[in-house]
Amino acid sequence: MLKTFRIGGVHPPENKLSANGKIIVLTLPEQVIIPLSQHIGAPATPIVQKGDTVKAGQLIAQATGFVSANIHSSVSGTIVAIDNVTDAAGLSKPAITIKVEGDEWENGIDRTEKIEHNIALSQEEIIKAIAAAGIVGMGGATFPTQVKLTPPPGNKAEFLIINGVECEPYLTSDHRIMLEKAEEIIIGVQILMKAIGVKKAIIGIENNKKDAIAHLQQIADKTPEIEICPLKVKYPQGGEKQLIQATTGRTVPSGALPIAVGAVVQNAGTALAVYEAVMKHKPLIERVVTVTGKSVKNPGNYLCRIGTPVSKLLEAAGGIPEDTAKVIGGGPMMGRTMLNIDSPVMKGTSGILLISDKEARRSPVRNCIRCSKCVSVCPMGLEPYLLAKLATFNLLERLEEEKVMDCIECGSCSFTCPSARPLLDYIRLGKTRTGAMLRNRKK
Amino acid sequence: MKLLVSPSPHLHSGDSIEKNMYGVIIALIPAFICSILFFGTGAIIVTLTSVLACLFFEYIIQKYLLRQQPTIFDGSAFLTGVLLAFNVPSNLPVWIIIIGALVAIGIGKMSFGGLGCNIFNPALVGRVFLLISFPVQMTTWPLAQGFAGSYTDAQTGATPLALLKEAVKTGQSVNDLLVADTFIGYKEMFLGHMGGSLGEVAAWALLIGFAYMLIRKIITWHIPVTIFATVIVFSGILHLCNPDQFAGPLFHLLSGGMMLGAIFMATDYVTSPMSHKGMFIFGAGIGILTVVIRVFGAYPEGMSFAILIMNAFTPLINRYCKPTRFA
Amino acid sequence: MSTIVITIISLCAIGIVSAVILYFVAQKFKVEEDPRIDIVEGLLPGANCGGCGYPGCRGLAEAAVKSDTLDGIMCPVGGTETMSKVATVLGREVKTEAPKIAVVRCNGNCENRPRSSEYDGARSCAIEHALYIGDTDCGFGCLGCGDCVAACPFDAIHMNPATLLPIVSDEKCVACGACVKACPRNIMELRNKGPKDRRVFVSCVNKDKGGIARKACKVACIGCGKCVKECPFNAITIENNLAYIDFTKCKLCRKCVGVCPTGAIHEVNFPPRKMETDAIKANPAAKSATTISLSQPANDTQIIAKEKNDD
Repeated sequence: MLKTFRIGGVHPPENKLSANGKIIVLTLPEQVIIPLSQHIGAPATPIVQKGDTVKAGQLIAQATGFVSANIHSSVSGTIVAIDNVTDAAGLSKPAITIKVEGDEWENGIDRTEKIEHNIALSQEEIIKAIAAAGIVGMGGATFPTQVKLTPPPGNKAEFLIINGVECEPYLTSDHRIMLEKAEEIIIGVQILMKAIGVKKAIIGIENNKKDAIAHLQQIADKTPEIEICPLKVKYPQGGEKQLIQATTGRTVPSGALPIAVGAVVQNAGTALAVYEAVMKHKPLIERVVTVTGKSVKNPGNYLCRIGTPVSKLLEAAGGIPEDTAKVIGGGPMMGRTMLNIDSPVMKGTSGILLISDKEARRSPVRNCIRCSKCVSVCPMGLEPYLLAKLATFNLLERLEEEKVMDCIECGSCSFTCPSARPLLDYIRLGKTRTGAMLRNRKK
Repeated sequence: MKLLVSPSPHLHSGDSIEKNMYGVIIALIPAFICSILFFGTGAIIVTLTSVLACLFFEYIIQKYLLRQQPTIFDGSAFLTGVLLAFNVPSNLPVWIIIIGALVAIGIGKMSFGGLGCNIFNPALVGRVFLLISFPVQMTTWPLAQGFAGSYTDAQTGATPLALLKEAVKTGQSVNDLLVADTFIGYKEMFLGHMGGSLGEVAAWALLIGFAYMLIRKIITWHIPVTIFATVIVFSGILHLCNPDQFAGPLFHLLSGGMMLGAIFMATDYVTSPMSHKGMFIFGAGIGILTVVIRVFGAYPEGMSFAILIMNAFTPLINRYCKPTRFA
Repeated sequence: MSTIVITIISLCAIGIVSAVILYFVAQKFKVEEDPRIDIVEGLLPGANCGGCGYPGCRGLAEAAVKSDTLDGIMCPVGGTETMSKVATVLGREVKTEAPKIAVVRCNGNCENRPRSSEYDGARSCAIEHALYIGDTDCGFGCLGCGDCVAACPFDAIHMNPATLLPIVSDEKCVACGACVKACPRNIMELRNKGPKDRRVFVSCVNKDKGGIARKACKVACIGCGKCVKECPFNAITIENNLAYIDFTKCKLCRKCVGVCPTGAIHEVNFPPRKMETDAIKANPAAKSATTISLSQPANDTQIIAKEKNDD
């Protein structure tokens, strides 16, 4: 019996179309747009001027404050603008635009394939190196990694849990790196273990990636402190709290951080980025992005520089199919729809998914028949039908009482609702408003 | 290119009201076939009238009273019609069925605002209304004898529950009754060769429907299993105390509307609780009330009343029984 | 016979005993309340609409009696008349406030502001606003999902199906401000109703630079400042590329309406101009704007009348 989390969950069709597609290195675009806010927290402050020439890997914007991340140039070229640029949602956001000239890298970056095993740096030095490289959570949450690695005082980490679950349908980028960069990931895990000072790491992988499990197992045999944990396929296993429960059996209390049960969770992609940052001195300037969709000609996994326009990736995958109605940044369950396909790939972009009109359009909303299916699939044990109702009436105290802040916005409720009610839409609204109310109360 | 934009999730399971409603109707097919075999043309006439009347009233009310887009094909009115028919004797005159359908749809469902808004199970509201208004017609049970004669003058007889009530009233020993030759035996009761409402007699056919609904994940096991368990425990205790006055658990399980009520009526989405904990309380309440009404009440059968009473408690149960939280 | 007599007597006895118990309990647990609350409540309309922001009329009465001034306490239904009565009862001064009305500061109908994407989520402006720019290129304009319509307790706001913009009924609106709170984009504003219901306002809230705003919507305010120069009363200011008319200073001379190059300034309920002014001759766009604004009230009544028929 494979492990999984205890309550709720759904089984959306997996559709991992690009699971066998080897990682393809994308050719350099003519121009990259690097947004200053690619992470949760304060946007970075630019430290270059318009007209400056930069090299790939050069720091161009510095973290502002504690929860923020450095941003590096992903290409070599000239800075043509530091201005507001339309982002994926159509809103204006500050970004640095660089015209690509050649491919010259910053000195000291090791671009060879040679695998470095020897972790020479101390705990503090590792965290410093990770912060300098601007690494954020690569799964999509984009929380600055160095912040996660420094637990608040009074808490002691016992485990490092690596999220290789990739429970979102369609996405395969983590799957591919676990196959092709397994050794690097394992070293990355060792570095992360040293950084937080733990003796045990668990890599959670869903059982639909049997090849990756076998491959990692083979490498991890040499390192007994790293355990590979195959998990039963169920969405949303990649949720932090769900993953901790699935792998260790521990339950993070309501409103608490994973560190409360002694766990630190990092994505497999983050482990790879950490390896590259610490052993190869390479900042986070490129990532693997899955480009997929049922009508896409060549669904695949592309290694591209941060800031590459999404349209460039779509071109590489065989162009935009005729029937495309929705472009999604991320997976189909939690990804955000894109309005502007010229917007750039960011640190948290794990995939680009194109879906056709027939699949994308929501069915008309019907009356709630109180079938309680939303209640039984909610992985947090909430009552989505009730939360959505309370949110429409803006009853924030009741929402707080019903634990709306525990919602992880996984979308299982909307996915399963027979009446096609937009439950999560309203719950998210209620959660935002309740959160604002709670913050005001603290003041 | 005009792109479509919406908040996540961008996938849907494809589940719909229709799939669930028609799924329940499919689960009722074995019981319907049995009722045709047992009661002949009467079963077909009663069911057809009830379904058509329910659809008609739903359409009229939605179109002309509520001024909504009629949604008669979502299967819910169809299901109400089928369940109403299954809860009445197969020799019921057509005009009474039409009145029942009007009450079920008009008062039981539409007066609360339509699908999803009603407090009580519409089919049971119709059934109980008929039971109180037309007690003679509603308790004249034709015997299961297949296609014999015209449907309204089928040979009638008492249901096992009515026999039991009669026996207790006249001071006979229940134990003696159940071993007497006049008692049809548990095997026949399970197969459905007894008097009763047209859909409730064949326990095995209803259990097939239950299995189908569980496999298709239309309902969960919680409510029916709790009802069965409560009935077994409660009637078992009574039986052990005084076997002369109280019938055993098996009799209660197989007689009357127990199977139909527990599997198809109590599990109605709209009127049952949302959390598993709530479902246990709801099921236990129905089980106890049914036995209490059957054993101590004036009516021989108590399933409909028990379900309606617990329906009234559903909002309260929902308010206080929260699902198991993650933490 | 004796049964009936006994029944009557025993029932009477029970009734009397209960009444005595109730009386003493009521005396014991009596809550001392300011008697003026009841008087004030009697003066209020008793609609319990909540338009004042208090839970029902009694809530307002309690607040009015408790606080020292009547500042910020206003019954939108009863208006100044009711509030002055309340003030006399409580012996306080009441400020006579000019009657207000909610105005929609967006004219981005389907023609002026083409749709660039299609929104397929829950029909709620708040949700659409949190998600993205909206189904047009204007990140400030009306989203058309009708949060204001749902928020209005007086049935005064309706969506115009032709323009996908809300319209406020002059008669029904009591300026309670519920729509102002509900609109995630701050499009609704409470403005002076004006003499004979005449008003002049900038029907745009776009803070983008002129070019971007114009590209997204033909009738956007581009912040050109012509109206500021034209205004003889210094009532117009420009901040963040957006003109705003201060209704306390505006004297309704309508000069700004004529000079606006995009027709973003609207005049409502004015009689038709006798002859076209030079400014309008020179600027056809402004002319069309004038006709739009003049025809709007007529449309409003028509649509509301139509909806009534539908009910």
